[in-house]
Amino acid sequence: MPVFAGSELTCLRGDRLVFTGLEFRIAPGGALVLLGPNGSGKSSLLRVMAGLLKPLRGTLGWDGVPVSDDPDAHRARVQYVGHLDAVKPVLTAVENLAFWAALAGAADPAANARAALDRLGVPHIAGVPGRYLSAGQKRRLNLARLLAAPAALWLLDEPTVALDRAAIALFEGLIAEHRAQGGMVVLSTHTDIATPGGEELHLDDFTPYADEDDAEEAGEGEYEEEGTEP
Amino acid sequence: MSRFLRLVARDLRLALRQGSDATIAVMFFVLCVVLFPFGVGPEPNILARIAAGVIWVAALLASLLSLERLFQTDYEDGSLELLSLSSLPLEAAVLAKTLAHWLVTGVPLIVAAPLLAVLLNMDAEGFGILVLTLTLGTPILSLIGAIGAALTLGARRGGVLLSLLILPLYIPVLIFGAGAIDAAINGLTPRPHLLLLAGILAAALPLAPWASAAALRQAVE
Repeated sequence: MPVFAGSELTCLRGDRLVFTGLEFRIAPGGALVLLGPNGSGKSSLLRVMAGLLKPLRGTLGWDGVPVSDDPDAHRARVQYVGHLDAVKPVLTAVENLAFWAALAGAADPAANARAALDRLGVPHIAGVPGRYLSAGQKRRLNLARLLAAPAALWLLDEPTVALDRAAIALFEGLIAEHRAQGGMVVLSTHTDIATPGGEELHLDDFTPYADEDDAEEAGEGEYEEEGTEP
Repeated sequence: MSRFLRLVARDLRLALRQGSDATIAVMFFVLCVVLFPFGVGPEPNILARIAAGVIWVAALLASLLSLERLFQTDYEDGSLELLSLSSLPLEAAVLAKTLAHWLVTGVPLIVAAPLLAVLLNMDAEGFGILVLTLTLGTPILSLIGAIGAALTLGARRGGVLLSLLILPLYIPVLIFGAGAIDAAINGLTPRPHLLLLAGILAAALPLAPWASAAALRQAVE
């Protein structure tokens, strides 16, 4: 059974340590909800998990094998939904979605895209150019990517922003279904998304220094320590 | 390979639906060349003498125009993050986008160039070589330009910075491109110039996507 885990993760953004000594572990069917105030590193952690951002220290492992050994394989099993919807204004919803499905290797990307839009409850937007979609519709289109291009690990950065209540309920159902099939979900949120049996990770537990002045001094110490490492 | 072609097709479709990028580059190219007879006077001998250089300089500037947009929209709407996470290597994605850029902006320049050569009274011996040098040279412009576009991604006034970074790197292409045409017109063989251009293209083809992809990885961090 594949397990996605991180140990001793430290993330540096600019000259600020966002989190340090972070550990997590997700088993198949598991969900991890990232909680914490603004700036506590939820997005950074998701980007580290996706491989967009390199952690300063620490390792990510899939089934005990470091992800950095085979980044290509890791990319193939990750589907990342960030703050930006990646919707092209001149392409129709189905063209937008079909492109990502095709890039992920789908055999019939257009059919995948239409089926995914159906599941998200927006089959009527299929032929609508991206520029005429509302924020909520763009978000649903972006989430439809999870279904059109299936992957084992979903990394979701505040996925329910701009969604109405009905869509959130629908999306909770999709997450439950994905987990029932052995998929893993990591999501950050400020609203409640029901993830029964999911674990919570409070990122402020890993914020290095609460006090601003201490943070600066200690931050410098961190650099020196880093410098002495081979 | 099919993923590569999908990305090329998507970029072509985007460019054709938006329309402006393709036409602006070629319109700028034509206007830029047309300005010269007004500036230096309509004397046929002078125009014929400077024709090769003028067309090549105008082609450099025209290809710069749309380069800024090469990765910009993908960067701003989050597509670049998804591209770098896709199973298509980022180097291949850069090559696909550059190819689409060249098809949209470079090929129209090659088509328009002979007409402008007539306008500038260029010797007929130079026409074939002009098309040949542009066919070898404009892909180099797109490839080198992609490095600059990737490096200046997210910078304020990236377009100006891009020109300053990239134009000096275009100089060898300009020298051998215009040199080949001059050689042909003066009855010398353009072969060495063409071989050097082809050599630059052969070097840029693997190196430029590699360098651009490295810059893009920095940008999406």
